[in-house]
Amino acid sequence: MTESTPTPTGDNRLLAEATSDRKISWFERTLGPDNYRIVKGLFKTPASIVGFILIVLFILIAVFAPVIAPPVGNDPMKIPRDGFGGKPKDPGTAWKKNVPEVPFWYEPLTGKTEWVHLLGTAQGQYDIFYGIIWGTRTAFQTGILVVVATVLIGVILGSIAAYYGGWVDNLIMRLTDIFMTLPYIMMALIFSAVLTPVLGRSLLPPLIAMISFGWMGYARIIRSDILSIKERDFVMAAHVSGVKNGRILFKHILPNAIFPTLVLASLGIGDVVLGFAALSFLGIGTEVGYADWGQVLSFSRNWITSLDKYWYIVVFPGITLTLFVMGWNLVGDAMRDVLDPRMRGKT
Amino acid sequence: MINYIIRRLLMVPLLLLGVTLIIFGMLQLLGPVERSALYIKDFPKNEKQVEGIIRQYGLDRPFLEQYFRWLTGFKNPVTGEREGGILFGDFGYSRTASQDVVDIITNRFPNTVDLALWTVFPMLSVGIWMGVKAAVNQNKFFDQAARVYSIIGTSFPTFVFGLLLLMLLYAKTQWLLPGKMSDWVSQLVFSGSFKQYTHLLSLDALLNGRLDIFWDALRHMVMPIITLSYISWATFVRVTRSSMLETLRMDYVTTARAKGLKEQDVINDHARPNAMLPVVTMMGSSIAGLLGGVVITETVFNYPGIGKAAADAAAQLDVVTTLGMAIFTGLILIISNLVVDVLYAFIDPRVRLA
Repeated sequence: MTESTPTPTGDNRLLAEATSDRKISWFERTLGPDNYRIVKGLFKTPASIVGFILIVLFILIAVFAPVIAPPVGNDPMKIPRDGFGGKPKDPGTAWKKNVPEVPFWYEPLTGKTEWVHLLGTAQGQYDIFYGIIWGTRTAFQTGILVVVATVLIGVILGSIAAYYGGWVDNLIMRLTDIFMTLPYIMMALIFSAVLTPVLGRSLLPPLIAMISFGWMGYARIIRSDILSIKERDFVMAAHVSGVKNGRILFKHILPNAIFPTLVLASLGIGDVVLGFAALSFLGIGTEVGYADWGQVLSFSRNWITSLDKYWYIVVFPGITLTLFVMGWNLVGDAMRDVLDPRMRGKT
Repeated sequence: MINYIIRRLLMVPLLLLGVTLIIFGMLQLLGPVERSALYIKDFPKNEKQVEGIIRQYGLDRPFLEQYFRWLTGFKNPVTGEREGGILFGDFGYSRTASQDVVDIITNRFPNTVDLALWTVFPMLSVGIWMGVKAAVNQNKFFDQAARVYSIIGTSFPTFVFGLLLLMLLYAKTQWLLPGKMSDWVSQLVFSGSFKQYTHLLSLDALLNGRLDIFWDALRHMVMPIITLSYISWATFVRVTRSSMLETLRMDYVTTARAKGLKEQDVINDHARPNAMLPVVTMMGSSIAGLLGGVVITETVFNYPGIGKAAADAAAQLDVVTTLGMAIFTGLILIISNLVVDVLYAFIDPRVRLA
């Protein structure tokens, strides 16, 4: 039996790392070698860099929404209306009633002083440009909220299942299976419909519905990560020195296991926003006229036969939503490659 | 193998119990008046009647008792007929559609089946074909194009894609149509001269020998089929490609090449079947995704299937109806998951030994 020299893996790799005289930045030191590898992998491919640029762009739009499209009235999340006419108006039509403040960038860029409907209006004269710009805030709000809540639920259930094992594990994982049997969009739709009479028309019903049916994936991931960390020596050391179970789980194991889940989850924002837009496209969620991409897109449902004439109701919000989701997906792809166990040690 | 199937079958009652409990739990968020639609048609008028109905159907009883009643139904003391009881296929009464929920399902479900049957084959085959071709031509043009497609495809929201299709292929050119059938077809169907053997329009048209009706049915289904498929294509391309690339590096592939087999035989007979395992795993979930996806796709294209019925009922906040649909879909998914798992165990012995 001859053995080839093993490539350093696991603790051997750490040893090799520690004995090399490579300079280690404070950033790498804080994150630890495994997490640092993940972060580094995220910035490696051109695709993921494009993804980051898109995300940053949307963050800027969300932050500077009041400057890009100055709000009208008390509630900036309500899309301003130019009268109440039924038919959509083409991009570039002048505002007539209820003209908002002209943003600072408009005159130097176009040479005109008269404010127009940049991207046209939908039925009821809702301005599409405002809907898209302010809708970015809705997107981040819903995305971040749902992701944080689902990760929290998933991490708590998944880590309890993995740590205690036995019937607890069985119970929680079968519960996960049951929730996974039901089709996500359909259940989110139905649960929002159940919650709407109770909570009223707002962001809440779809958010709660998406949280209730969105946590299972995270529970599974964190469970499998903890199962592997659980066997490490430092956990045994903690047990031996008499640390309580809860403390071992939340102070010793979880901080070592949670990073991949967190990164993966933050990239789930794109999917959440997609689901939310789908729900409000189907007519569930916020009141008509709330600045939200799915809402703007749903205006086009009444104009199916003349979509070639009113293309701007579909194309502008559609492209916006697609680019947003794509930004997160591009980074997510890079992430998947980094986390793939077969790639370990190659980047 | 039999062991595995039995173990898997034992999961089914558990899943059913869980799914019904979740759905019944949601129902508990409704007031008793809305919940009475589970058992009776009419909305009670005055308060006395409301109280009587609450008492009669035990709508204020403990959770488990109500759950049991919901499963088995009530016997009406006057007529002796059973009211409610989802175990007997009575999902309650839809007050927005003014008919039994079961009737909505039996009317609409054949349309969804018609669409799904036409979707399954292109959905599964095109993505796999692209993935294999991309892997064989690694880093060449087709591969790059397939990778770009898989990124764009997974990011494109179905309803935006559907609306764009409608814009280009319907509003502008009238090549393809939304809905289920043209007016002249529906007149023919309702007049009775068109025999409905299976209630699947496309199949019935063929059985009746009416190619013009078949053509009409296809023209209405092409856009929903593409819309339901393109996301699956995008994910299948990715999975098939990476699995195929890995298989092509295996020693037995090198052996096959070394013994002088034609490259085509190496790929088709030696590499591809072995690369299919992760793809088969995905098939189950993409069929489940198909059943969920019809909610959006059917709504965009105004296709009168079960998904659109669920979306319409939800938009009108008709909870009893939507939950009836949810139970029905859940049941179908449990069965189809079971079938996929058992098939998978047949294909991959490692599963049944685990």
